[in-house]
Amino acid sequence: MIGEWLIGILIVLGAVVCVISVFGLIRLPDVYLRSHAATKSATMGVLFILFGGFLYFWLFENHISIKLLLGIVFVFITSPVAGHLNGRAAYRSGVSLWKGSVQDDLKAERKRVKGQAGEKSGSV
Amino acid sequence: MIFETVLITALCILLLAILANLYRVVKGPSSADRVIALDSVGINLIASIAVFSVLLHTHAFFDLILLIGILSFIGTIAFARFIERGVVIERKR
Repeated sequence: MIGEWLIGILIVLGAVVCVISVFGLIRLPDVYLRSHAATKSATMGVLFILFGGFLYFWLFENHISIKLLLGIVFVFITSPVAGHLNGRAAYRSGVSLWKGSVQDDLKAERKRVKGQAGEKSGSV
Repeated sequence: MIFETVLITALCILLLAILANLYRVVKGPSSADRVIALDSVGINLIASIAVFSVLLHTHAFFDLILLIGILSFIGTIAFARFIERGVVIERKR
């Protein structure tokens, strides 16, 4: 009985975190802010739901599912990596930041590295 | 009975999340937006398959959770490489 309550709360909490992440994905003004919302909280929501399913099959059907644990570990590792690669691809392909953002360190660093490379090739 | 109602409520919330993601896929100004939203659709599909397998009392769908996770990751990485460099698999020089 208490197990059903716990599992129901975990699953509904996961679904609500997923929908909060999606509202962030709609309302935020920039690719990078949207990637921040989508990557972190969607991962957290799906981890809640998968853990609730794991507890259900463990408590009520006596079946400890290795596949579900592997799914939890895999989503937890790969989803931030996918978000990172996507943000880097967006920056390198020239998607501009939101106009209210105040600091862009990567732009100065890229300009410095490009200047050094141009100087070296010019001297040689 | 209450438990099934709770699970169906969670499924409806996940359906709302997937529809809102599709709004961002249609509207998103750059292609990175669309790739992020499609990755998020894959994550929400994993969650709804887990809720379905609890609702139907079966553990026949757990392979599907792993499979959709792996396919979504590979697809996102391929699209990110394509946006960044123009090719997915580079040729050795």
